[in-house]
Amino acid sequence: MQTIEAGKIEELREFIATILKSDYGDSNLISVLHKTQELFGYLPREVMDEIAQRMSLPTAHIWGVATFYHYFNLTAPGKYVISICLGTACYVKGAAEILTVIEQELGIKVGETTEDKLFSLQPARCLGACGLAPVVMINDKIYGDLTTVKIKKLIMDFRKSEQHK
Amino acid sequence: MAEKINITINDKPYKVDDGLTIMQAADHCGYHIPRLCYHPELSIEGACRVCIVQVEGVKNFVASCCYPASDGMKVYTNTKELRQARRDIVELLLDNHPEDCHTCERDGNCELQRLAYAMGIRKMHFSGERKHYEIDISSPSVVRDPEKCILCGRCVRMCQEIQGINAIGYAHRGFNTVVTPAYNMPFGESVCSHCGQCINVCPTAAFTETNYTQELFEKLNDKSFTTVVQIAPAVRAAIGEAFDLELGRNMEHETAAALRRLGFDYVFDTQFSADLTIMEEGSEFLERFQSGGKLPMITSCCPAWINTLEIFYPDMLANVSTCKSPMSMMSNIVKTFFAQKKKLDPEKIYSVAVMPCTAKKCESVRPEHYIKGLRSTDIVITTRELAWMIKSAGIDFVNIKGEAFDKPLGMSSGAGTIFGVTGGVMEAALRTAYELYTGETLIEIELEETRGFKGIKEGIIEIDGKHLNIAVAHGLGNAHRLMDEVRKDPGKYHFIEIMACPGGCIGGGGQPYPCVNSEPLDEVCLGKRAEALYGNDRKNTIRRSHENPEIQRLYREFLQKPLSEKSHELLHTHYSPKEPKGIIHNQGVIKV
Repeated sequence: MQTIEAGKIEELREFIATILKSDYGDSNLISVLHKTQELFGYLPREVMDEIAQRMSLPTAHIWGVATFYHYFNLTAPGKYVISICLGTACYVKGAAEILTVIEQELGIKVGETTEDKLFSLQPARCLGACGLAPVVMINDKIYGDLTTVKIKKLIMDFRKSEQHK
Repeated sequence: MAEKINITINDKPYKVDDGLTIMQAADHCGYHIPRLCYHPELSIEGACRVCIVQVEGVKNFVASCCYPASDGMKVYTNTKELRQARRDIVELLLDNHPEDCHTCERDGNCELQRLAYAMGIRKMHFSGERKHYEIDISSPSVVRDPEKCILCGRCVRMCQEIQGINAIGYAHRGFNTVVTPAYNMPFGESVCSHCGQCINVCPTAAFTETNYTQELFEKLNDKSFTTVVQIAPAVRAAIGEAFDLELGRNMEHETAAALRRLGFDYVFDTQFSADLTIMEEGSEFLERFQSGGKLPMITSCCPAWINTLEIFYPDMLANVSTCKSPMSMMSNIVKTFFAQKKKLDPEKIYSVAVMPCTAKKCESVRPEHYIKGLRSTDIVITTRELAWMIKSAGIDFVNIKGEAFDKPLGMSSGAGTIFGVTGGVMEAALRTAYELYTGETLIEIELEETRGFKGIKEGIIEIDGKHLNIAVAHGLGNAHRLMDEVRKDPGKYHFIEIMACPGGCIGGGGQPYPCVNSEPLDEVCLGKRAEALYGNDRKNTIRRSHENPEIQRLYREFLQKPLSEKSHELLHTHYSPKEPKGIIHNQGVIKV
């Protein structure tokens, strides 16, 4: 990890150093964890150890905060993160069936990542695209007006594009 | 003096000090409001809601542990509605708790069980989802069973506020909340010091010691082994409590008698090897003091402190005495000197230690303590485990006639006795070091500077015109504070004693569970246990380790002199940094 992610670790160190200069610096743990997730996509254990050392916070305490908030990922997310909207509009337009299909197609439940590390599945509460309901967001792109057939095809397309690489 | 305020409890008027919580005020007026997460030495959590009361003019029930009493307040502690609500709160705790009281380690000694009885829960009305967790047996000392945890958080606060170790914390949320080491790692791989204070404050059996009693019973029945047992000083000062005897009754000879009835072939006293430790440690200190060695020198008897040292203070390993603990010294002498005397094969000696301590279990498996590939202490049981064995074997401990320890490793000085109290090792070491250094007899041998339960005790001792700065810390939070001082000013002290448990070994993580009228860390209880040991010291005609004739004989016949080559081989050890590295935060300050 150290060699590949050295740049990211350095950026995080600088972020922590700046934050520690403020009053009650060590109470900014949550923003440090946000920064970590932004950089790494999740909270790697080695990085949490690094945060603990730099902020003089016990690892048990950091683990408590990291597990308390659902926002934080504790395992590396897949290459494609599927956020399925379960907001009211999407739900009445059949989001539950879409979710079932995704779970069957990928063989994982919400909050999990496929073994090949290609897909992660997470719930979302309204993505602000209710006119296109039901929608999913895959990484940063919205896919709307979904049906059970369309979502199957979408997943297949992603798999195919990976095979061609 | 604090201002007085008037409050009414259950329609009766009382005058109490200003600035108390309702619970504290009620305590002063003769009402013991039921409670669970509250502990007088820890911060207030207000988590369990068992201590709710009604306050006139306040709509909801309030938690009395964290609600300040104020002038003119009208409080009700036992109304019909309160009784019902409290009963429901405890019943909901029970609903998510294994119903295995009759096979539980804490059966008969569980605060939840006592509370359920007191609340009058005779029938369960709820049945909801129940949490399921694996038992964590990765630690050689402490077993963690999250299924029995009721999330009162006393262990977390103990580990954080008093011990400053932070090995455990809350993780996840809501129904999934669990007390766990970081990353949900096995307890044995965490920064835990193995002090066992989590066990002492746990109201249920979520934390217990790793129990070796069945294994020991088996060995006691195996006639191919010679079984040798030693008991630590602090055991005798507390074991009576497990038999409902008064606090602080010294059960030294009764324990020796009971151990013989359990089937041990030789019953020795760790106080003997405490004297031996003083010979080595006192000499080591003088050598460092006279020849410009690494100072301050810090004591090494306490295994939870040694674990803390290696995890939190890898930069200070050289400051710590290389002496093994009295337990390991005894076991090594048993498997060498004693084995030779009795013409026994060391491999056929089973060496058992009864300790007030859970961390000793961890010490006994350290490879550095093996002699020629042979484990020196084969098994360590706590005071609690011994009390159970005595009960289980049907020995009448309360009425038993006392017996003496066996010779030659059962004889000790008063200096060896006081090892069990905070400051005792320092006092014992100075009694001997003074005479070794000056050649004169120390007249005033009771050191007031090192006695009592102040978190960090300091003193200046004059030896031959030279000033010796000493410091004593008990409770790892205080140890952290003291180490902080040493890092800032390495020349401030010459000699430091550290004990991981509040009060020293008498308050160890393996001592009997608190009885109905005492709490762990209770200063009255610790004081009585301490007095049992100080009394023993005063009664002894030999009060300095170097005057113990059996110690003199051991050196004459076997070890030659302190710090000899043989001593170094058998009685000294080394330390190394350990991972994961500990992080000091929120340094605990003990109030006792």
